Amino acid sequence: MSNKEWPIWEVFIRAKQGLNHKHVGSLHAADVQMAIENARDVYTRRMEGISIWVVESKHIHASEPSDQEALFEPANDKIYRHPTFYILPEELNHM
Amino acid sequence: MEINLEEVFQQKIDNEIKIEPRDWMPEKYRKTLLRQISQHAHSEIVGMLPEGNWITRAPNLRRKVALIAKVQDEAGHGLYLYSAAETLGMSRDEMLSELHSGKAKYSSIFNYPTVTWADMGAIGWLVDGAAIMNQVPLCRASYGPYARAMVRVCKEESFHQRQGYEIMLTLCTKGNPAQKAMAQDALNRWWWPSIMMFGPNDEHSPNSAQSMKWKIKRISNDELRQKFIDVTVPQADILGLTIPDKDLKWNEERGHYDFGTIDWEEFNQVVAGNGPCNKQRLKARVDAWNNGEWVRDAATAYAEKRAKREAGKTEAA
Ligand SMILES: [Fe+2]
Ligand SMILES: [Fe+2]
Repeated sequence: MSNKEWPIWEVFIRAKQGLNHKHVGSLHAADVQMAIENARDVYTRRMEGISIWVVESKHIHASEPSDQEALFEPANDKIYRHPTFYILPEELNHM
Repeated sequence: MEINLEEVFQQKIDNEIKIEPRDWMPEKYRKTLLRQISQHAHSEIVGMLPEGNWITRAPNLRRKVALIAKVQDEAGHGLYLYSAAETLGMSRDEMLSELHSGKAKYSSIFNYPTVTWADMGAIGWLVDGAAIMNQVPLCRASYGPYARAMVRVCKEESFHQRQGYEIMLTLCTKGNPAQKAMAQDALNRWWWPSIMMFGPNDEHSPNSAQSMKWKIKRISNDELRQKFIDVTVPQADILGLTIPDKDLKWNEERGHYDFGTIDWEEFNQVVAGNGPCNKQRLKARVDAWNNGEWVRDAATAYAEKRAKREAGKTEAA
């Protein structure tokens, strides 16, 4: 008996042609083939997808929640990156 | 200046900001969620057993494919929920061993036997109906992974209830007197256990207040139970069945149905392990785990062998 838990995989599904693969959840599987097969059964029983990505969870690197301010705050005061910052005459209609 | 983490946390909750796995959270919040989500997962898994009992004896192919699909969905629900629980720091194997040792609980409703085909109707209608009532507010639970899992679950539940009700409807409107009696008998046996699914009365539910404050729970046990009874009574009328509660009557003033006293002694007995099927259910789960061991081991061995072979290939190249 190996007593070893199968690794965790993160599952990403493309709902239809033209859309991104989107994270839908995770599951356990012994290897990549089983991960894809299990993902099919667990996450696409109702035509939720046409393509599956699986990534072993240990390969995902995430930013630290405590770095949230340092990373994302700087974008907060850069309103000039948004189209509404620029005041243009009404008669210009859509630009 | 010292930042009070607990206050910041509560502020996020109050502002409806979801908590995600790597965010700071009070230990008690983590533990409460872990217990609730893992119990919920166990309930989905054990919940496959009473209905699984009838798959081979479904009366026709249409009923059989529906029942298989429903039971498979419940397996899926268990898996979504185990994944959500794992983000709180307990491994899948630990959760399963808590179930198998009897340390972890699951919903008592699954400790009742399914003795006739009408039980498949009553379970879908009442048990899944009560589950939906409980689960819809959980889609807005404060813990992100739990809420997301519940959204998936709720999307799938409505077919469960409808197929159950359709079974009851067929027995009651197209069946012979014996079949209609079978439907009534199933309602008689499942009614009280179903309304107990909402848990103890609010005054006897000591942890509810904290769960409400943390927005794990949004609606109280008694309120959910009342809602369930109010929507279910007219459904029983359509079937022409009688709910086994002589005190059940519409209260104009309250705008709700009044109902009889729940036998909590029975509930406590079943929770304590003395229900009609507790031993059988647990044994089925433990056997499934033990008998599947060689499969898990073989898959692990195969994966290791293949990884080695692949590594050899890259070296050679
Ligand atoms: Fe379910
Ligand atoms: Fe269900």
